[in-house]
Amino acid sequence: MEAMERQIRLTVNGQEHELTIRDNTLLLWLLRDDLKLVGTREGCGTGVCGACTVLLDGRPVNSCLTLAAQAAGHHVTTIEGLATNGRLHPVQEAYIEERGFQCAFCTSGFIMMTKALLDEIPNPSEEEVREYLSENICRCAGYPDILRAVQNASRKLAARGR
Amino acid sequence: MTRTGEGRDARAVGRSVPRVDGAEKVTGRAAYVTDCVVPGMLHAALLRSPLPHARIRRIDAGRAATHPGVSAVVTGADLVQMPGLDPYFGPAFQDQAILAIDKVRFVGDPVAAVAAATREAAREAAQLIEVEYEELSAVLDVQAALRAGAPLVHERLRPSQAFADLMGIEAERQTNVCYHFKLRRGDVERAFAEAAHVFEDTYTSPAAQHAPLEPHVTVAWVTEGGLLHVTSSTQSPSYVRLSLARIFGLPLSKVRVTVPYLGGGYGAKTYDKLEPVTALLALRTRRPVKLQLTREEEFVTIHKHAVTTRIRTGVAADGRLLAREVAVYWDSGAYADIAPRVVHKSGYTAAGPYAIPNVKIDSYCVYTNRPPAGAFRGFGVPQVVWAYESQTDAIATRLGLDPVAYRRAHLLREGDLFATGTPMRSLAVIECLDAVAREIEWGSGLAGSSPPAPEVREAGVPRRVLRGKGVAVGIKAALAPSISGATVMLNADGSASVLSSTVEMGQGSDTLLAQIVAEALGVRVPDVQVVHPDTAVTPYDTITAATRSTFHMGNAVLQAAARVREQLFAIASDRLEVDPDLLRARDGRVFVAEAEDRGLTIPEVFGAAFQAAGTTLVGEAVYQTSAIPTDHETGQSERVTVMWFVGASAAEVEVDLETGQVRVLRFATAADVGRPINPHHCRQQILGSAVTSIGQTLFECLHFEGGQLTNGSFLDYMIAGYRDVPPIITPIIVERAHPEGPYGAKGVGETGALSVAAAIGNAVHAALGVRLRDLPLTPERVLQAMREREPARAARRGQVERGPG
Repeated sequence: MEAMERQIRLTVNGQEHELTIRDNTLLLWLLRDDLKLVGTREGCGTGVCGACTVLLDGRPVNSCLTLAAQAAGHHVTTIEGLATNGRLHPVQEAYIEERGFQCAFCTSGFIMMTKALLDEIPNPSEEEVREYLSENICRCAGYPDILRAVQNASRKLAARGR
Repeated sequence: MTRTGEGRDARAVGRSVPRVDGAEKVTGRAAYVTDCVVPGMLHAALLRSPLPHARIRRIDAGRAATHPGVSAVVTGADLVQMPGLDPYFGPAFQDQAILAIDKVRFVGDPVAAVAAATREAAREAAQLIEVEYEELSAVLDVQAALRAGAPLVHERLRPSQAFADLMGIEAERQTNVCYHFKLRRGDVERAFAEAAHVFEDTYTSPAAQHAPLEPHVTVAWVTEGGLLHVTSSTQSPSYVRLSLARIFGLPLSKVRVTVPYLGGGYGAKTYDKLEPVTALLALRTRRPVKLQLTREEEFVTIHKHAVTTRIRTGVAADGRLLAREVAVYWDSGAYADIAPRVVHKSGYTAAGPYAIPNVKIDSYCVYTNRPPAGAFRGFGVPQVVWAYESQTDAIATRLGLDPVAYRRAHLLREGDLFATGTPMRSLAVIECLDAVAREIEWGSGLAGSSPPAPEVREAGVPRRVLRGKGVAVGIKAALAPSISGATVMLNADGSASVLSSTVEMGQGSDTLLAQIVAEALGVRVPDVQVVHPDTAVTPYDTITAATRSTFHMGNAVLQAAARVREQLFAIASDRLEVDPDLLRARDGRVFVAEAEDRGLTIPEVFGAAFQAAGTTLVGEAVYQTSAIPTDHETGQSERVTVMWFVGASAAEVEVDLETGQVRVLRFATAADVGRPINPHHCRQQILGSAVTSIGQTLFECLHFEGGQLTNGSFLDYMIAGYRDVPPIITPIIVERAHPEGPYGAKGVGETGALSVAAAIGNAVHAALGVRLRDLPLTPERVLQAMREREPARAARRGQVERGPG
């Protein structure tokens, strides 16, 4: 069955876009195919692995389970939107310093989830990190390094007065 | 003793230098094949078999071919009509057709392929293809496949000629056994007759999935000049080039395989998977074609072997291991993939790293009508370790001996002969065992006993729990023979490039190879660019797998860099009027060892040799290991490998007596890495494989019903997440330098995976007094085992007790 088309406006990484989409277009495909923001990855397509996590008005969502139409009128932040003026975001710096990645296919999702976590809870306990990040899967299983990256990022953000 | 090698002679190696791929990977800019878009590119989809075993009577692709957006539909019938095409592939046997030709052999076997303008159009069209099947009786497990007169999955087999170690393999005629490895050492029957105790058990380990977050994905196109370019998520670019050249009748030079970053492999992406069918569609349509699997398709593409191991051990009254007889049955699924090598390499280690004078091993590679099984981190060894380390523990506890001390007393030592007759060397297995035992405070209670349940409260509710500790060791041999080629180019400004077919799949190979070159040439690590596999320019490499890259590619790159250094020193020695042997390279300079201020910068050396800017010095090397093939009847070989790698695990678990839930409270995992080139990355490998293996021990399992996989999605298949990481988990580097390793290094990609399940199983036994023999250790199984414990305990264990003599 042919999906209906519609026009939407949304803001991605601070830039406004007006696009024609099909009703069944997922936010993930809008980002990857239409806007060429391929840093957001598809791991499972069923909202389990978290590799496709982006922020919708600051809240983490699985872009593989979010219709592009749902993002109409909203602000989307992807991994490409974190660095400012060529300078890495403190969360990204922390992931490099602590080597919170290996194959890195999950990393964009983890970093976006970490940003959401630290926006909500600036100084999370280890238990809170585990709880928050339990939505994301790293098959290289670099979880201890990721935990340290989150803690490092928390310190960096605190030192910079956020 | 650990030594990080931060001495004067080791500045780039032996240090945890930052990863060279960091900035790309945290910004999302690292390119994977999933991101590859070629102008004019079509998207492919596959139609797969709904039946486990059936003859294809008729395929009607008419409606699919006329579906909007469709460029091509191909079926097995088309393949046999294509001149010059050999439609069969596989690294051990050429048993897999690009698309099923005569019959389908598993639920999920590709039957037809569609190329269309969009992924959706291709998938819609694939569903419009009508296939008429004549269902055949299927063999859905190893037992059924081995029965006399069982239906044959393959009627004929053709060995592949890709690898020396697999050229001689022979399938049994008219059975589903495609390879049988035999090892015979000493006289097991006589030894059993003399044994004071005989232990006999059957252990099973289930099929499990690799689940790399990046699925298999391939893009193929043909250039105007007739070059077939394939960019693919593969761990084996050189093999894929060879395979495609053979299938399509092309010179090797006309097949170019490139591999960008890999989003995880763990063995899933070894050998040919999507490349043949994607290349076929590209040749057919003369357009670029991309095929990317869905997560559900990924689950039926390849998995870790389900294994049943029958193990029987004869023990003297004093505990000496007199004889061990092991029969291992591997469910290889419908196509052999690399299974015969798994069956061989894991088969010959199935008695463990113990001093046992009499050993008999039979390891059977069995075709069934299930999806194919292949390489998985550990390459079959974790499955056999589960059996031999569980039983070794049972022997120690039965004899009232401490499981650590018992293992220590009987583990092989330097110079001892392995079951294959191969002398052991560079083997720190006892050190690994001691290190993990120390880490979990072995001997401070809990081991081999069931202490009174401590009071544990959760949300105010008391829980009845028991705790226990367990250990296990594991050994694996590096693949031999094995070949790695590399080219190193030093540029006039002191930067360098490495051309290598090693795939960066997260293990840190780009950083490691850069460290080796930086060390050898005295340049900075960030100035070394590792060029990703591109068979047009990067030399042959056996594979990125099998814990072999540090050792083999590390050596190739080190030798290639040394050849560049020779040229550099030859030029500098003329200019400095000093013997080249007295020169050293460091900090971008070449200087005299005893007079460091007498020297030249690298640009000055180049200036002395070349009358142009931007020139290069080039060094090349091929590093090759050799082996003596194991004897066909006895499995004996004086040199079965050049490098053993060993590790040990220790676990402290808590078992909930109400729910049967096993929690790992504390886990230690040690690996003998030789010398670490990058200690942090070694720990990452040890830890990552341990955490994945904990998931496989406690809950990972593929379920089949009538040949149909029933939990093949991330919604249904559990894999280890944050909640499954033990509160305390310690990776330990043990160092026993390898005399032939680059800077003494071995490898560490799989070591952490070998002994995890057995350590946890042994800890559960220590807690409950119950030995579980089937993985995973689910709550249901634990409760069941506890219920069955009391009556006829010894009989259920299957242990046969006998008097002396």
